[in-house]
Amino acid sequence: MALELFTVGEPIADTKAPMDVPIGERWSERRFRARLVNPANRRKLTVIVVGTGLAGGAAAATLGEAGYKVKSFWYQDSPRRAHSVAAQGGINAAKNYRNDGDSVHRLFYDTVKGGDFRARENNVHRLAEVSVNIIDQCVAQGVPFAREYGGLLDNRSFGGTQVSRTFYARGQTGQQLLYGAYQALERQMAAGNVEQFPRTEMLDLIVVDGRARGIVARDLITGEISTHFADAVVLGTGGYSNVFYLSTNAKGSNATAIWRAHKRGALFANPCYTQIHPTCIPVHGEYQSKLTLMSESLRNDGRVWVPKERGDTRDPRQIPEEERDYYLERIYPSFGNLVPRDIASRQAKNVCDEGRGVGPNGLGVYLDFAEAMQRLGRPAIEAKYGNLFDMYAQITGEDPYEVPMRIYPAVHYTMGGLWVDYDLQSTIPGLFVIGEANFSDHGANRLGASALMQGLADGYFVLPNTINDYLAGGPFDKVAPDHPAAVEALEGVREQSERLLSINGTRTTASFHRELGRLMFDLCGMERSEESLRKALDRIPEIRQEFWTNVKVPGELGRFNQSLEHAGRVADFIELAELMCVDALHRNESCGGHFRAESQTPEGEALRDDENFAYVAAWEWTPEGVPPVLHKEALEFEYVHLAQRSYK
Amino acid sequence: MNLKLRVWRQRDRTEKGKMVTYEVTDISPDMSFLEMLDVLNEQLILDGEDPVSFDHDCREGICGSCGVMINGRAHGNGLFPGHPQTATCQLHMRSFKDGDTIDVEPWRATAFPLIKDLAVDRSALDRIIQSGGYISAPTGTAPEAHSILVAKKDSDAAFDAATCIGCGACVAACPNASSMLFTSSKVVHLGLMPQGQPERNDRVVNMIHQQDLEGFGGCTNIGECSVSCPKGISMENISRLNHDLLGALRAGARPKS
Repeated sequence: MALELFTVGEPIADTKAPMDVPIGERWSERRFRARLVNPANRRKLTVIVVGTGLAGGAAAATLGEAGYKVKSFWYQDSPRRAHSVAAQGGINAAKNYRNDGDSVHRLFYDTVKGGDFRARENNVHRLAEVSVNIIDQCVAQGVPFAREYGGLLDNRSFGGTQVSRTFYARGQTGQQLLYGAYQALERQMAAGNVEQFPRTEMLDLIVVDGRARGIVARDLITGEISTHFADAVVLGTGGYSNVFYLSTNAKGSNATAIWRAHKRGALFANPCYTQIHPTCIPVHGEYQSKLTLMSESLRNDGRVWVPKERGDTRDPRQIPEEERDYYLERIYPSFGNLVPRDIASRQAKNVCDEGRGVGPNGLGVYLDFAEAMQRLGRPAIEAKYGNLFDMYAQITGEDPYEVPMRIYPAVHYTMGGLWVDYDLQSTIPGLFVIGEANFSDHGANRLGASALMQGLADGYFVLPNTINDYLAGGPFDKVAPDHPAAVEALEGVREQSERLLSINGTRTTASFHRELGRLMFDLCGMERSEESLRKALDRIPEIRQEFWTNVKVPGELGRFNQSLEHAGRVADFIELAELMCVDALHRNESCGGHFRAESQTPEGEALRDDENFAYVAAWEWTPEGVPPVLHKEALEFEYVHLAQRSYK
Repeated sequence: MNLKLRVWRQRDRTEKGKMVTYEVTDISPDMSFLEMLDVLNEQLILDGEDPVSFDHDCREGICGSCGVMINGRAHGNGLFPGHPQTATCQLHMRSFKDGDTIDVEPWRATAFPLIKDLAVDRSALDRIIQSGGYISAPTGTAPEAHSILVAKKDSDAAFDAATCIGCGACVAACPNASSMLFTSSKVVHLGLMPQGQPERNDRVVNMIHQQDLEGFGGCTNIGECSVSCPKGISMENISRLNHDLLGALRAGARPKS
């Protein structure tokens, strides 16, 4: 690897998990060994929580209940609008309610294997253990999960597994789980335990004496930039898929909080691990602003196919069975349409690249319910997937009960994020990172219905236990607003905002975002190669240069200014995109969502290189012109043995 | 398609607003209403004008951020025969005709102070939730999930109410600016489940009380709320709320403050 792209620094390690006991005992042992804060002292400690999704909302509510003073920040008008609300399919838990051989160990095993052996065993095992409590918690809050006639909870199966361990609330599981957390959070606000900062965006992290002690934030209505201090800062700000412009993420989802924390010294791990979700509605035009996901649960009953012949433009209903290629069932007979997301996505790309894609631009495959409609009847399909079918009909103007849906993969979730240890603490003491914003649990690929599980596990159960150990060392000396570190951070934010407003060039922020997104999708998307990545790395600095000299941001700093908000986020996406490409280029293997064209088996499957790449790549920020520094955390597989993933 | 838009422009709540006319051209029928506004905004920015502020986020009909009055109807619901109830982000331009003039205005209600142009402050709805729209179940105290049985019909009915996304269309559509459909959806969701019973009486009186404090109007069963609701929340919830409220008052429940 060319030296100019990065340098290699000291290896890092996660030293918080008690490795002297078996994996099933490590979480309870860690909780026992961690220091506690007595209830009377908790009142004296303040925690800032940024983000109010499943992770942030659950954490803020739980820390408020525990007696800490919590300050909760979010950019939307209400915490109920965090993007977790849009998750459709479900949440996994090792309850074994189906008596189909599930267990904590099997959920652990499936997740490590599904993540293509690039996740940390300790974290994943803890996630599987805690999953059981999450369901109990949500049911107690009144989350209306699907029920059987006898009153018990219903389950279904999801991509990448052979058991039915997914709990769901029609196609709106994320919404219902989020409302549970939101209601718990609102309750704590009413009780005065959580102070709220709606429509407020974190724009920098304040680090004093090496510890995270506060944030700089902008009130999006008044435009006021201010500093906020605490004993610890928690980021639950979600993922960064919007670096690709078109994604299934909400338009406002951004990387700014984690990126600015990265620039303050938090290592950024595995940035190139991007999950492409196989079942989204295909792109329909240049002006499109976002992609809509269709729940993966559809693959339980829908059969994926394309015509056997290239360029077959007949109405799908006119194509006879023998002229169809049910390619997932053909290539992966034991998992069929339920293969993990990375595999389903790549196969869809392959058949489209062969010229067998369907729909207006040939970038689509059929997801066909004809057989299921015959087997179960239309009412059963309506009951299971009705809202998804309606959504599809609204967006495309086609009736999926009559013609097969068309789907195509879209960027959906980022498995990379800030590096955290077993306590979910970043490399900056006092800065904790939870949910999609951290890197820790999914490895190189995320199995279906496990993002909600991780968000709530971190927010309700993990962070509220681990943060105590850190806070037991506090309260730390008060930081005055005129502390040089606070002033420097505040002034930095002000200067950057003023600079953006003063450029007054000829291109909108959206035009830069679209250009960057297309470049990333084409060159660092579902398939990457040394050639494509080098091309991207040549172009991104040019985009950055042009952005900072030619962007046009109207309006004022001291007012509601959505263009300014977007400009700051795009500036960060440009920098992050560069790191994603460096990471993708250095990882000369294929794993999960990271598929390097140079590294595949003769059958075209992703080929891992455990000899050289069984590590987490954690990147250290360096100023412009100095290559980033790579720190490696070795991954060891003690309980799930490294093996080539096979779903055949 | 070429369209004429008449958009409500107001710099902030201290200044007077007015309708301003814009032309948008080459609009594809596959665009969503918000994508059409994006096109307008890019054009305005390049022309050196202030783009139109509007709230939006998920753009798939679930976050509840977006919402404008389109030709006098919240989210445009009820304007197009055969069009399902949707949020503004899921309304596609194929519903309109080339050459149409479209009025675009913000939610109007005393309880929703205007921020800028089409963006309003809906935090009053969160304060209604704060007053009792929850089940007090602190983390880690929950019994095993299967120890609580919920009849499927109750669970399904609770779910139907729980799908409210809190966008505020019901308030904007109501001539009284009542938030009764919103409040009732939460009262009914939680009130139909066994977990919600212990706080049921207090919940309904406190939420109704807060609704009044926020300046929302009273419900007179006009029904615009339900027609405008992107999730099709039924007015039956309001009847159930009234039933609960009466029961709670009879049982002696009184608002906290």
